[in-house]
Amino acid sequence: MSAALAVGDVLETRRYPVTRADLVRYAGASGDQNPIHWSDRVATAVGLPGVIAHGMVTLALAARAVAEWTDGAEVVELGAKFTNPVLVPDDDTGALVEVGAVVKKVEDGLATLALEVTCEGRKVLGAPKAVVRVDG
Amino acid sequence: MSVDPSLVGRTFAPTAPYTVAEERVREFAATLGHPYDGGAAPATFPIVLAFEAMNSFLAEVGVELSRIVHGEQRFTYERPVVPGDVLTAGLTVSSLRQIGGNDIIGTTSEVTDASGALVCATSATLVHRGTAGEQA
Repeated sequence: MSAALAVGDVLETRRYPVTRADLVRYAGASGDQNPIHWSDRVATAVGLPGVIAHGMVTLALAARAVAEWTDGAEVVELGAKFTNPVLVPDDDTGALVEVGAVVKKVEDGLATLALEVTCEGRKVLGAPKAVVRVDG
Repeated sequence: MSVDPSLVGRTFAPTAPYTVAEERVREFAATLGHPYDGGAAPATFPIVLAFEAMNSFLAEVGVELSRIVHGEQRFTYERPVVPGDVLTAGLTVSSLRQIGGNDIIGTTSEVTDASGALVCATSATLVHRGTAGEQA
């Protein structure tokens, strides 16, 4: 469906579960072994409500949605603020991250996507945005 | 403990050259469910380099990783990362301020390839959580 992104297009919301096991695997794959992403003891000791997902997991899931929507278009810009933590309970379901987007601009072969990334109905990323290369 | 304000503007030594192996990219992608069939790495893959640069920086300034919460991350890409790339990351402290007992540390890391060409620049905001208020 990479065909044509047009300004105003609303892209289909993607839903991705994140479990503690995913966080442990991500810690290994990325090198980010901060214990706040796997130890409730450490997370609560630094004042967090419990284990939270790496902000970069959430941003990576936003990038995954972009790759799925655009059939792997080249990303030239990606970023967000981590405004609310994604709490990941120690169960088999984990947290559900939802990624939506609206096409804001298509110009000079680049499409700008304004993303919306939520968990339990609350925005977890601030002003998440991706710019991808598109044809023509 | 707060971070020394004289760090602003300081650039830390680049990370040791890192050869991007396709298996590592595949593992990183699989962790996130990101589609991957070889070639360009997921957009957030350069965080592996940026994170290593950040870790060295934190160690050098004596900040514990578990006291860091990620506030923001932005990437701008010159080109995608592909297997076979030999990359290094150099981190510069771009800003430092204090809000409510926390240090807000702004960093910029440039990821360059073996020829010295810029592959991607990434800026991060790191929130160094102070100890004030934890007994409350």
